[in-house]
Amino acid sequence: MTASATDLANAKAQAHEWPLWEVFVRPKAGLDHKHCGSLHAADPKMALQLAREVYTRRQEGVSLWLVRSDQIVASDPADKAMLFDPMEDKVYRHPTFYELPPEVGHM
Amino acid sequence: MTTTFAPLPTTASASNAAASTTTGSIVFEPTPRQQYLMRIGDSCLIHAQRLAEWSGHAPILEEDIALTNLALDLVGQARALLTHVGRQVGFDEDQLAFLRAERDFLNFTIAELPGRRAGRDFADAVLRNFLLAAWMNVLWAKLVQSGDAEVAAIAGKAVKESRYHVAHAADWVVRLGDGSDESARRMRQAVDRLWPYTAELFETDAVDTAAAEAGLGPVRAALRVGWQAIVEPVFADAGLQLPATGAFRSTGSRGVHSEHMGYLLAEMQTLQRSFPGGVW
Repeated sequence: MTASATDLANAKAQAHEWPLWEVFVRPKAGLDHKHCGSLHAADPKMALQLAREVYTRRQEGVSLWLVRSDQIVASDPADKAMLFDPMEDKVYRHPTFYELPPEVGHM
Repeated sequence: MTTTFAPLPTTASASNAAASTTTGSIVFEPTPRQQYLMRIGDSCLIHAQRLAEWSGHAPILEEDIALTNLALDLVGQARALLTHVGRQVGFDEDQLAFLRAERDFLNFTIAELPGRRAGRDFADAVLRNFLLAAWMNVLWAKLVQSGDAEVAAIAGKAVKESRYHVAHAADWVVRLGDGSDESARRMRQAVDRLWPYTAELFETDAVDTAAAEAGLGPVRAALRVGWQAIVEPVFADAGLQLPATGAFRSTGSRGVHSEHMGYLLAEMQTLQRSFPGGVW
């Protein structure tokens, strides 16, 4: 498909489909919200209700975050080598080469 | 109180009962107190059965799951109440649900009105869900104070469930009522079809009065103000007119049902009647 054909297909899909939302569930107080999936919903209120129905029906959580998928800024998988490979040989960034004085105790 | 027990037919055991064998109905004379609780439990059960018809057919996958989740909450409430009643008359929840004759069900007629199978609209499902959830929510909030400790405990759990049911259903009522011309038209039709059946929800009778005097629960008329306080603002948001209540009174809570009830029970009961005591 050409770029314009893709745009057209996307526009058509958007006109007939509700936006996609990413669902984050906090399993219990004190833990982080964890990404667990996505769903389609017309607006924030519906997104929250449907996330409750689909993702917490087995007592999975105590809190929900919903984020519209198109609002997420994501790295390009094609940039993986550029972005992440340079860290491969820099083990010294792990703080495992220091000797802690005993009085510091557990850090 | 005099309770009469009809012996269960001695058909073959569940494992080898032929599907052609149909188990007869259980018979007992419920006291007013038991009738009061059966009206609530049966309304939960029959409403759940209608909601469950949407399983696999709701407009979107997520709502499909939502409607069956709501139905399962209602089945849970029905089980608790029917178990409570059943213990007093020597039957279990399954016998009460699956081996009672139509006339012995005391649900409000609105719960049994046709659903998806009979071609009724999603708007009907949404509206009935809302009207009944609002009624249940007001009732459970009062039953938390019931003099019957078990009923109070059931209500304590159910009131939270029904609060969510109201929120979920109200959202859809507004979404469709205040949506497109087509969705608004369908909501208005659903209101016209269902509204006449809401009068029964507030018709106090001797059973209610006995329950109120015994401290079991409120008379139905006492639920009207709370129910209207939930329903009216949602109708206003949805751009829907509240119809006037006419002279028609449905009679499901007295055991006299609409022509739709028999079909519902046939489907709901066929497995237990063919294989009594059958379990998963």
